[in-house]
Amino acid sequence: MGSSDGMADSIKDKVIAIIAEQAVLEVEDVRPAATLADLGIDSLGVVESIFAIEEAFDIQVPFNANEPENSAFDISNVASIIAAVEGLVAEQS
Amino acid sequence: MKRVVITGQGTINALGADVAATKRAMAEGRCGIGELEMRDLDRLAVRIGGQIKDYDPEALFNRQQISLYDRFTQLTLIAAREAIAQAGLEFHGDLAARSGVVLGTSGGGMQTLDENYRTVYEDGKNRVHPFVVPKLMNNAAASHVSMEFNLKGPSFTVATACASSNHAMGQAFNMIRSGMCGVVVTGGSESMLCFGGMKAWEGLRVMSKDGCRPFSATRNGMVQGEGAAVFVFEDYENARARGAEILAEVVGFAMTSDAADIVMPSKQGAARAIAGALSDAGMNREEVGYINAHGTGTAANDKVECAAVADVFGPHADDLMISSTKSMHGHLIGGTGAVELLACIMALTDGVIAPTINYEEPDPECALDVVPNVARDAHVGAVLSNAFAFGGLNAVLALRAAP
Repeated sequence: MGSSDGMADSIKDKVIAIIAEQAVLEVEDVRPAATLADLGIDSLGVVESIFAIEEAFDIQVPFNANEPENSAFDISNVASIIAAVEGLVAEQS
Repeated sequence: MKRVVITGQGTINALGADVAATKRAMAEGRCGIGELEMRDLDRLAVRIGGQIKDYDPEALFNRQQISLYDRFTQLTLIAAREAIAQAGLEFHGDLAARSGVVLGTSGGGMQTLDENYRTVYEDGKNRVHPFVVPKLMNNAAASHVSMEFNLKGPSFTVATACASSNHAMGQAFNMIRSGMCGVVVTGGSESMLCFGGMKAWEGLRVMSKDGCRPFSATRNGMVQGEGAAVFVFEDYENARARGAEILAEVVGFAMTSDAADIVMPSKQGAARAIAGALSDAGMNREEVGYINAHGTGTAANDKVECAAVADVFGPHADDLMISSTKSMHGHLIGGTGAVELLACIMALTDGVIAPTINYEEPDPECALDVVPNVARDAHVGAVLSNAFAFGGLNAVLALRAAP
Protein backbone atom coordinates (compact mmCIF):
# COMPACT_ATOMS: atom_id res chain seq x y z
CA MET A 1 0.00 0.00 0.00
CA GLY A 2 3.04 2.29 0.45
CA SER A 3 1.33 4.63 2.90
CA SER A 4 3.71 7.25 4.24
CA ASP A 5 1.69 7.65 7.40
CA GLY A 6 3.55 5.63 10.06
CA MET A 7 0.77 6.10 12.62
CA ALA A 8 -1.84 4.64 10.26
CA ASP A 9 0.46 1.76 9.42
CA SER A 10 0.88 0.94 13.04
CA ILE A 11 -2.91 0.98 13.58
CA LYS A 12 -3.33 -1.30 10.61
CA ASP A 13 -0.61 -3.65 11.83
CA LYS A 14 -2.01 -3.76 15.33
CA VAL A 15 -5.57 -4.46 14.17
CA ILE A 16 -4.36 -7.19 11.84
CA ALA A 17 -2.30 -8.70 14.64
CA ILE A 18 -5.37 -8.75 16.90
CA ILE A 19 -7.53 -10.38 14.24
CA ALA A 20 -4.79 -12.87 13.36
CA GLU A 21 -4.48 -13.89 16.98
CA GLN A 22 -8.24 -14.33 17.28
CA ALA A 23 -8.38 -16.38 14.08
CA VAL A 24 -5.23 -18.34 14.98
CA LEU A 25 -3.66 -17.32 11.64
CA GLU A 26 -0.39 -15.75 10.54
CA VAL A 27 -0.65 -11.99 9.99
CA GLU A 28 0.19 -12.51 6.29
CA ASP A 29 -2.99 -14.58 5.94
CA VAL A 30 -5.26 -11.77 7.18
CA ARG A 31 -6.10 -10.02 3.91
CA PRO A 32 -7.88 -6.63 3.92
CA ALA A 33 -10.80 -7.90 1.86
CA ALA A 34 -11.49 -10.88 4.11
CA THR A 35 -14.61 -10.89 6.29
CA LEU A 36 -14.32 -12.08 9.86
CA ALA A 37 -16.46 -15.08 8.91
CA ASP A 38 -13.97 -15.88 6.10
CA LEU A 39 -11.29 -16.02 8.78
CA GLY A 40 -13.36 -18.39 10.89
CA ILE A 41 -14.23 -15.82 13.58
CA ASP A 42 -17.71 -16.44 15.05
CA SER A 43 -19.99 -14.06 16.97
CA LEU A 44 -18.17 -14.53 20.27
CA GLY A 45 -14.85 -14.05 18.44
CA VAL A 46 -16.13 -10.75 17.00
CA VAL A 47 -17.00 -9.48 20.48
CA GLU A 48 -13.63 -10.62 21.81
CA SER A 49 -11.75 -8.95 18.94
CA ILE A 50 -13.57 -5.67 19.56
CA PHE A 51 -12.66 -5.88 23.23
CA ALA A 52 -9.01 -6.43 22.30
CA ILE A 53 -9.13 -3.43 19.94
CA GLU A 54 -10.63 -1.23 22.67
CA GLU A 55 -7.91 -2.28 25.08
CA ALA A 56 -5.08 -1.85 22.54
CA PHE A 57 -6.11 1.67 21.45
CA ASP A 58 -7.90 2.82 24.62
CA ILE A 59 -11.05 3.64 22.65
CA GLN A 60 -14.78 2.88 22.98
CA VAL A 61 -16.08 0.93 20.01
CA PRO A 62 -19.80 1.45 19.44
CA PHE A 63 -20.90 -2.08 18.64
CA ASN A 64 -24.11 -3.96 19.46
CA ALA A 65 -24.10 -7.64 18.49
CA ASN A 66 -27.85 -7.44 17.89
CA GLU A 67 -27.51 -5.01 15.02
CA PRO A 68 -23.98 -5.13 13.61
CA GLU A 69 -25.25 -3.60 10.39
CA ASN A 70 -26.57 -0.54 12.26
CA SER A 71 -23.49 -0.06 14.40
CA ALA A 72 -21.37 3.01 13.68
CA PHE A 73 -18.43 0.59 13.66
CA ASP A 74 -18.31 -1.20 10.29
CA ILE A 75 -17.10 -4.77 10.69
CA SER A 76 -17.90 -5.97 7.18
CA ASN A 77 -14.26 -6.84 6.49
CA VAL A 78 -10.73 -6.37 7.78
CA ALA A 79 -10.20 -3.16 5.80
CA SER A 80 -13.42 -1.59 7.11
CA ILE A 81 -12.45 -2.45 10.68
CA ILE A 82 -9.04 -0.83 10.21
CA ALA A 83 -10.68 2.29 8.77
CA ALA A 84 -13.17 2.43 11.65
CA VAL A 85 -10.41 2.11 14.23
CA GLU A 86 -8.39 4.83 12.50
CA GLY A 87 -11.46 7.06 12.68
CA LEU A 88 -11.99 6.41 16.38
CA VAL A 89 -8.31 6.95 17.19
CA ALA A 90 -8.34 10.24 15.22
CA GLU A 91 -11.46 11.38 17.12
CA GLN A 92 -9.74 10.56 20.37
CA SER A 93 -6.68 12.73 19.70
CA MET B 1 -48.46 -40.52 39.14
CA LYS B 2 -49.74 -37.72 41.35
CA ARG B 3 -51.34 -34.66 39.83
CA VAL B 4 -49.67 -31.35 40.70
CA VAL B 5 -51.48 -28.06 41.27
CA ILE B 6 -50.49 -24.50 42.17
CA THR B 7 -52.16 -23.21 45.33
CA GLY B 8 -50.18 -20.03 46.00
CA GLN B 9 -48.18 -17.39 44.17
CA GLY B 10 -46.14 -14.41 45.28
CA THR B 11 -43.80 -11.89 43.71
CA ILE B 12 -41.90 -8.66 43.86
CA ASN B 13 -40.45 -7.24 40.65
CA ALA B 14 -40.19 -3.98 38.74
CA LEU B 15 -43.91 -4.10 37.91
CA GLY B 16 -45.17 -4.44 41.46
CA ALA B 17 -44.56 -5.49 45.05
CA ASP B 18 -47.10 -8.33 44.92
CA VAL B 19 -49.09 -10.48 42.51
CA ALA B 20 -52.09 -8.14 42.28
CA ALA B 21 -49.94 -5.13 41.36
CA THR B 22 -47.93 -7.17 38.86
CA LYS B 23 -51.02 -8.55 37.16
CA ARG B 24 -52.52 -5.07 36.99
CA ALA B 25 -49.34 -3.74 35.35
CA MET B 26 -49.25 -6.63 32.88
CA ALA B 27 -52.91 -6.12 32.01
CA GLU B 28 -52.27 -2.41 31.46
CA GLY B 29 -49.13 -3.10 29.43
CA ARG B 30 -47.11 -0.91 31.72
CA CYS B 31 -43.32 -0.73 31.46
CA GLY B 32 -41.27 -1.25 34.61
CA ILE B 33 -37.99 -0.53 32.85
CA GLY B 34 -36.33 2.82 33.50
CA GLU B 35 -33.12 4.58 34.41
CA LEU B 36 -31.11 2.55 36.92
CA GLU B 37 -30.27 3.93 40.31
CA MET B 38 -26.84 2.74 41.43
CA ARG B 39 -23.38 3.82 42.32
CA ASP B 40 -21.01 4.70 39.43
CA LEU B 41 -23.84 4.80 36.89
CA ASP B 42 -21.81 7.30 34.84
CA ARG B 43 -19.25 4.56 34.17
CA LEU B 44 -21.86 2.29 32.55
CA ALA B 45 -22.71 2.28 28.85
CA VAL B 46 -26.09 0.63 29.55
CA ARG B 47 -28.08 2.54 32.15
CA ILE B 48 -31.59 1.08 32.04
CA GLY B 49 -33.16 -1.88 33.77
CA GLY B 50 -36.26 -3.30 35.40
CA GLN B 51 -35.24 -2.23 38.89
CA ILE B 52 -37.46 -2.43 41.97
CA LYS B 53 -37.85 1.16 43.14
CA ASP B 54 -39.03 2.47 46.54
CA TYR B 55 -37.81 -0.71 48.19
CA ASP B 56 -37.68 -0.54 51.97
CA PRO B 57 -36.14 -3.69 53.50
CA GLU B 58 -36.40 -2.23 57.03
CA ALA B 59 -40.19 -2.45 56.79
CA LEU B 60 -40.02 -6.20 56.12
CA PHE B 61 -36.93 -7.53 57.86
CA ASN B 62 -35.24 -6.91 61.19
CA ARG B 63 -31.65 -5.77 61.60
CA GLN B 64 -30.23 -9.30 62.01
CA GLN B 65 -32.08 -10.53 58.95
CA ILE B 66 -30.87 -7.64 56.81
CA SER B 67 -27.27 -8.31 57.80
CA LEU B 68 -27.72 -11.95 56.77
CA TYR B 69 -29.89 -11.65 53.62
CA ASP B 70 -28.54 -10.56 50.25
CA ARG B 71 -31.14 -8.70 48.19
CA PHE B 72 -31.91 -11.86 46.14
CA THR B 73 -32.78 -13.66 49.40
CA GLN B 74 -34.92 -10.76 50.63
CA LEU B 75 -36.86 -10.68 47.36
CA THR B 76 -37.35 -14.45 47.53
CA LEU B 77 -38.69 -14.32 51.07
CA ILE B 78 -41.13 -11.54 50.20
CA ALA B 79 -42.50 -13.63 47.33
CA ALA B 80 -42.54 -16.82 49.42
CA ARG B 81 -44.49 -15.16 52.24
CA GLU B 82 -47.18 -14.04 49.82
CA ALA B 83 -47.39 -17.44 48.11
CA ILE B 84 -47.53 -19.50 51.28
CA ALA B 85 -50.07 -17.15 52.89
CA GLN B 86 -52.30 -17.58 49.85
CA ALA B 87 -51.94 -21.34 49.95
CA GLY B 88 -52.95 -21.24 53.63
CA LEU B 89 -50.45 -23.93 54.56
CA GLU B 90 -48.58 -24.44 57.79
CA PHE B 91 -45.84 -27.00 57.85
CA HIS B 92 -45.66 -29.39 60.79
CA GLY B 93 -44.95 -33.07 61.33
CA ASP B 94 -45.28 -35.33 58.31
CA LEU B 95 -46.22 -32.52 55.91
CA ALA B 96 -43.09 -30.56 56.92
CA ALA B 97 -40.94 -33.66 56.41
CA ARG B 98 -42.41 -34.21 52.94
CA SER B 99 -42.17 -30.58 51.79
CA GLY B 100 -39.20 -28.77 50.30
CA VAL B 101 -37.91 -25.76 48.41
CA VAL B 102 -36.47 -25.74 44.89
CA LEU B 103 -35.48 -22.30 43.61
CA GLY B 104 -33.66 -20.96 40.59
CA THR B 105 -31.04 -18.25 40.53
CA SER B 106 -28.10 -17.56 38.30
CA GLY B 107 -25.99 -15.05 40.17
CA GLY B 108 -27.05 -15.75 43.75
CA GLY B 109 -25.75 -13.10 46.12
CA MET B 110 -24.24 -10.91 43.41
CA GLN B 111 -24.82 -7.66 45.34
CA THR B 112 -22.88 -9.11 48.28
CA LEU B 113 -20.02 -10.16 45.99
CA ASP B 114 -19.95 -6.76 44.33
CA GLU B 115 -19.93 -4.80 47.59
CA ASN B 116 -17.26 -6.93 49.19
CA TYR B 117 -14.94 -7.12 46.20
CA ARG B 118 -15.13 -3.32 46.21
CA THR B 119 -14.23 -3.33 49.89
CA VAL B 120 -11.07 -5.40 49.47
CA TYR B 121 -9.94 -4.40 45.98
CA GLU B 122 -11.01 -0.78 45.58
CA ASP B 123 -11.14 0.45 49.15
CA GLY B 124 -8.08 -1.62 50.08
CA LYS B 125 -9.58 -2.94 53.30
CA ASN B 126 -8.33 -6.19 54.72
CA ARG B 127 -11.50 -7.20 56.51
CA VAL B 128 -15.04 -7.99 55.31
CA HIS B 129 -18.25 -8.58 57.19
CA PRO B 130 -18.39 -12.11 58.69
CA PHE B 131 -21.57 -13.07 56.81
CA VAL B 132 -20.26 -12.65 53.28
CA VAL B 133 -20.23 -16.39 52.53
CA PRO B 134 -23.69 -17.27 53.92
CA LYS B 135 -25.11 -14.20 52.14
CA LEU B 136 -23.65 -14.82 48.71
CA MET B 137 -24.11 -18.58 48.37
CA ASN B 138 -26.60 -19.54 45.67
CA ASN B 139 -28.63 -21.70 48.04
CA ALA B 140 -29.05 -18.93 50.65
CA ALA B 141 -32.55 -18.03 49.47
CA ALA B 142 -33.76 -21.65 49.40
CA SER B 143 -32.30 -22.27 52.83
CA HIS B 144 -33.92 -19.19 54.38
CA VAL B 145 -37.30 -20.16 52.91
CA SER B 146 -36.91 -23.64 54.41
CA MET B 147 -36.06 -22.09 57.80
CA GLU B 148 -38.82 -19.48 57.82
CA PHE B 149 -41.52 -22.01 56.91
CA ASN B 150 -40.18 -25.21 58.49
CA LEU B 151 -39.81 -27.09 55.20
CA LYS B 152 -37.75 -30.15 56.10
CA GLY B 153 -37.78 -32.22 52.91
CA PRO B 154 -35.54 -31.83 49.83
CA SER B 155 -34.33 -28.28 49.28
CA PHE B 156 -31.80 -27.06 46.72
CA THR B 157 -31.00 -24.39 44.17
CA VAL B 158 -30.83 -24.79 40.44
CA ALA B 159 -28.49 -22.62 38.40
CA THR B 160 -28.96 -22.85 34.65
CA ALA B 161 -28.61 -19.17 33.74
CA CYS B 162 -31.82 -17.86 32.13
CA ALA B 163 -33.61 -21.20 32.51
CA SER B 164 -32.90 -21.60 36.25
CA SER B 165 -36.47 -20.97 37.43
CA ASN B 166 -38.04 -23.21 34.81
CA HIS B 167 -35.60 -25.99 35.63
CA ALA B 168 -36.35 -25.47 39.35
CA MET B 169 -40.12 -25.58 38.83
CA GLY B 170 -39.73 -28.64 36.60
CA GLN B 171 -37.92 -30.40 39.43
CA ALA B 172 -40.60 -29.35 41.92
CA PHE B 173 -43.28 -30.68 39.56
CA ASN B 174 -41.60 -34.05 39.16
CA MET B 175 -40.85 -34.37 42.89
CA ILE B 176 -44.56 -34.10 43.66
CA ARG B 177 -45.66 -36.12 40.66
CA SER B 178 -43.42 -39.01 41.72
CA GLY B 179 -44.72 -38.94 45.30
CA MET B 180 -41.40 -37.81 46.78
CA CYS B 181 -42.93 -34.61 48.19
CA GLY B 182 -46.34 -33.34 49.22
CA VAL B 183 -45.58 -29.65 48.73
CA VAL B 184 -42.67 -27.89 47.05
CA VAL B 185 -42.16 -24.14 47.31
CA THR B 186 -40.59 -23.20 44.00
CA GLY B 187 -39.76 -20.40 41.58
CA GLY B 188 -36.71 -18.20 41.60
CA SER B 189 -35.09 -14.83 42.02
CA GLU B 190 -32.29 -12.66 40.75
CA SER B 191 -30.72 -9.40 41.76
CA MET B 192 -27.69 -8.54 39.67
CA LEU B 193 -28.45 -4.88 39.05
CA CYS B 194 -25.19 -3.77 40.60
CA PHE B 195 -22.15 -2.17 38.99
CA GLY B 196 -20.22 -5.42 38.51
CA GLY B 197 -23.28 -7.30 37.30
CA MET B 198 -24.10 -4.65 34.71
CA LYS B 199 -20.46 -4.34 33.59
CA ALA B 200 -20.26 -8.08 33.00
CA TRP B 201 -23.35 -8.02 30.79
CA GLU B 202 -22.20 -4.90 28.96
CA GLY B 203 -19.11 -6.80 27.88
CA LEU B 204 -21.12 -9.29 25.87
CA ARG B 205 -22.61 -6.49 23.71
CA VAL B 206 -26.11 -7.93 23.69
CA MET B 207 -27.84 -5.32 25.87
CA SER B 208 -30.07 -2.54 24.62
CA LYS B 209 -29.37 1.00 25.76
CA ASP B 210 -32.89 2.19 25.04
CA GLY B 211 -35.51 -0.51 25.69
CA CYS B 212 -36.67 -4.11 25.38
CA ARG B 213 -38.64 -4.64 22.16
CA PRO B 214 -39.12 -8.39 21.71
CA PHE B 215 -40.18 -9.63 18.25
CA SER B 216 -40.15 -6.09 16.86
CA ALA B 217 -37.94 -5.51 13.80
CA THR B 218 -36.49 -2.59 15.76
CA ARG B 219 -35.29 -4.70 18.70
CA ASN B 220 -31.68 -4.23 19.67
CA GLY B 221 -31.04 -6.33 22.73
CA MET B 222 -32.05 -7.43 26.16
CA VAL B 223 -32.65 -5.35 29.27
CA GLN B 224 -31.89 -6.65 32.75
CA GLY B 225 -34.49 -6.92 35.47
CA GLU B 226 -34.57 -8.04 39.08
CA GLY B 227 -37.06 -9.64 41.43
CA ALA B 228 -38.55 -12.92 42.50
CA ALA B 229 -41.64 -15.05 42.07
CA VAL B 230 -42.47 -18.05 44.23
CA PHE B 231 -45.23 -20.64 43.90
CA VAL B 232 -46.67 -23.37 46.06
CA PHE B 233 -46.79 -26.61 44.06
CA GLU B 234 -48.96 -29.17 45.83
CA ASP B 235 -50.24 -32.71 45.41
CA TYR B 236 -53.73 -32.28 43.92
CA GLU B 237 -55.35 -34.78 46.26
CA ASN B 238 -53.96 -32.92 49.25
CA ALA B 239 -55.10 -29.55 47.91
CA ARG B 240 -58.57 -30.86 47.15
CA ALA B 241 -58.92 -32.58 50.51
CA ARG B 242 -58.21 -29.35 52.37
CA GLY B 243 -60.41 -27.28 50.08
CA ALA B 244 -57.58 -25.07 48.82
CA GLU B 245 -58.16 -22.65 45.98
CA ILE B 246 -56.37 -24.09 42.95
CA LEU B 247 -54.85 -21.55 40.56
CA ALA B 248 -53.73 -23.95 37.84
CA GLU B 249 -52.47 -27.46 37.21
CA VAL B 250 -48.89 -28.16 36.16
CA VAL B 251 -49.16 -30.93 33.61
CA GLY B 252 -45.87 -31.23 31.75
CA PHE B 253 -42.22 -30.37 31.70
CA ALA B 254 -39.30 -31.04 29.40
CA MET B 255 -35.67 -30.02 29.26
CA THR B 256 -33.14 -30.38 26.47
CA SER B 257 -29.59 -29.33 25.73
CA ASP B 258 -28.44 -27.88 22.42
CA ALA B 259 -24.94 -29.32 22.90
CA ALA B 260 -23.84 -26.73 20.36
CA ASP B 261 -22.87 -23.19 21.37
CA ILE B 262 -22.35 -21.40 24.70
CA VAL B 263 -24.40 -18.34 23.70
CA MET B 264 -26.17 -18.83 20.37
CA PRO B 265 -29.61 -20.47 20.63
CA SER B 266 -30.65 -23.50 18.59
CA LYS B 267 -34.02 -23.95 16.92
CA GLN B 268 -33.79 -27.73 17.26
CA GLY B 269 -32.98 -27.62 20.98
CA ALA B 270 -35.85 -25.23 21.69
CA ALA B 271 -38.28 -27.20 19.53
CA ARG B 272 -37.38 -30.47 21.23
CA ALA B 273 -38.09 -28.90 24.64
CA ILE B 274 -41.45 -27.49 23.52
CA ALA B 275 -42.51 -30.76 21.91
CA GLY B 276 -41.24 -32.65 24.94
CA ALA B 277 -43.38 -30.62 27.34
CA LEU B 278 -46.48 -31.24 25.21
CA SER B 279 -45.74 -34.93 25.09
CA ASP B 280 -45.06 -35.12 28.85
CA ALA B 281 -48.40 -33.38 29.44
CA GLY B 282 -50.28 -35.56 26.98
CA MET B 283 -51.40 -32.30 25.40
CA ASN B 284 -52.51 -31.83 21.81
CA ARG B 285 -50.87 -28.93 20.02
CA GLU B 286 -54.28 -27.41 19.29
CA GLU B 287 -55.00 -27.20 23.01
CA VAL B 288 -52.32 -24.54 23.61
CA GLY B 289 -53.80 -21.04 23.56
CA TYR B 290 -50.89 -19.03 24.91
CA ILE B 291 -47.12 -19.28 25.18
CA ASN B 292 -45.12 -17.03 27.43
CA ALA B 293 -42.05 -16.66 25.27
CA HIS B 294 -38.46 -16.53 26.35
CA GLY B 295 -38.52 -13.41 24.08
CA THR B 296 -35.38 -11.66 25.25
CA GLY B 297 -35.43 -8.96 22.59
CA THR B 298 -32.11 -10.04 21.12
CA ALA B 299 -31.83 -10.48 17.38
CA ALA B 300 -30.94 -14.15 17.72
CA ASN B 301 -33.33 -15.42 20.41
CA ASP B 302 -36.57 -14.05 19.05
CA LYS B 303 -36.21 -15.34 15.51
CA VAL B 304 -34.97 -18.76 16.64
CA GLU B 305 -37.81 -19.05 19.18
CA CYS B 306 -40.46 -18.13 16.60
CA ALA B 307 -39.02 -20.66 14.17
CA ALA B 308 -39.07 -23.35 16.86
CA VAL B 309 -42.71 -22.58 17.73
CA ALA B 310 -43.66 -22.63 14.05
CA ASP B 311 -41.92 -25.99 13.64
CA VAL B 312 -43.62 -27.62 16.60
CA PHE B 313 -47.12 -26.21 16.10
CA GLY B 314 -47.41 -26.18 12.32
CA PRO B 315 -50.55 -24.30 11.21
CA HIS B 316 -51.69 -23.91 14.85
CA ALA B 317 -48.71 -21.55 15.41
CA ASP B 318 -50.77 -18.88 13.65
CA ASP B 319 -53.76 -19.39 15.97
CA LEU B 320 -52.03 -19.28 19.33
CA MET B 321 -50.83 -16.16 21.15
CA ILE B 322 -47.21 -15.75 22.22
CA SER B 323 -45.97 -12.76 24.18
CA SER B 324 -42.82 -11.66 25.96
CA THR B 325 -43.46 -9.97 29.28
CA LYS B 326 -39.73 -9.20 29.49
CA SER B 327 -40.73 -6.10 27.54
CA MET B 328 -42.29 -4.90 30.82
CA HIS B 329 -40.27 -6.42 33.69
CA GLY B 330 -36.95 -6.95 31.95
CA HIS B 331 -34.92 -10.14 31.91
CA LEU B 332 -34.63 -11.49 35.44
CA ILE B 333 -32.05 -14.08 34.30
CA GLY B 334 -32.32 -16.93 36.85
CA GLY B 335 -35.63 -15.58 38.17
CA THR B 336 -37.24 -14.85 34.86
CA GLY B 337 -39.26 -18.04 34.31
CA ALA B 338 -40.86 -17.60 37.74
CA VAL B 339 -42.10 -14.05 37.12
CA GLU B 340 -43.25 -15.14 33.66
CA LEU B 341 -45.28 -17.99 35.13
CA LEU B 342 -47.45 -15.28 36.72
CA ALA B 343 -48.50 -14.24 33.21
CA CYS B 344 -49.26 -17.87 32.34
CA ILE B 345 -51.46 -18.28 35.42
CA MET B 346 -53.16 -14.93 34.73
CA ALA B 347 -54.08 -16.22 31.27
CA LEU B 348 -55.68 -19.31 32.81
CA THR B 349 -57.40 -17.70 35.81
CA ASP B 350 -58.32 -14.23 34.55
CA GLY B 351 -58.55 -14.78 30.80
CA VAL B 352 -56.13 -11.89 30.26
CA ILE B 353 -53.16 -12.34 27.95
CA ALA B 354 -50.24 -10.09 28.89
CA PRO B 355 -48.93 -8.16 25.89
CA THR B 356 -45.52 -7.71 24.31
CA ILE B 357 -45.08 -3.98 24.77
CA ASN B 358 -42.74 -1.65 22.85
CA TYR B 359 -43.73 -3.46 19.67
CA GLU B 360 -43.01 -1.08 16.81
CA GLU B 361 -42.54 -2.88 13.52
CA PRO B 362 -43.20 -6.45 12.30
CA ASP B 363 -40.22 -8.69 11.69
CA PRO B 364 -40.89 -11.30 9.00
CA GLU B 365 -38.77 -13.73 11.03
CA CYS B 366 -41.13 -13.32 14.02
CA ALA B 367 -44.43 -13.57 12.17
CA LEU B 368 -46.59 -14.89 15.02
CA ASP B 369 -49.39 -13.28 17.07
CA VAL B 370 -47.18 -11.64 19.68
CA VAL B 371 -50.09 -9.77 21.34
CA PRO B 372 -48.54 -6.42 20.46
CA ASN B 373 -48.71 -3.59 22.99
CA VAL B 374 -52.20 -4.20 24.39
CA ALA B 375 -53.38 -7.03 26.63
CA ARG B 376 -56.12 -9.22 25.22
CA ASP B 377 -59.12 -10.94 26.76
CA ALA B 378 -59.15 -14.57 25.70
CA HIS B 379 -60.25 -17.88 27.09
CA VAL B 380 -57.35 -20.31 27.11
CA GLY B 381 -57.29 -23.77 28.67
CA ALA B 382 -53.60 -24.59 28.31
CA VAL B 383 -50.39 -22.59 28.22
CA LEU B 384 -46.64 -23.09 27.90
CA SER B 385 -43.74 -21.16 29.41
CA ASN B 386 -40.46 -21.18 27.50
CA ALA B 387 -36.96 -20.64 28.87
CA PHE B 388 -33.83 -21.02 26.74
CA ALA B 389 -30.59 -20.37 28.59
CA PHE B 390 -27.07 -19.44 27.64
CA GLY B 391 -25.22 -22.70 27.52
CA GLY B 392 -27.97 -24.15 25.34
CA LEU B 393 -30.12 -25.40 28.20
CA ASN B 394 -33.85 -25.33 27.46
CA ALA B 395 -36.75 -25.86 29.86
CA VAL B 396 -40.46 -25.66 29.04
CA LEU B 397 -43.42 -26.00 31.41
CA ALA B 398 -47.00 -26.86 30.41
CA LEU B 399 -50.00 -25.78 32.50
CA ARG B 400 -53.75 -26.32 32.28
CA ALA B 401 -56.61 -24.49 33.95
CA ALA B 402 -57.47 -25.73 37.45
CA PRO B 403 -59.26 -29.10 37.37
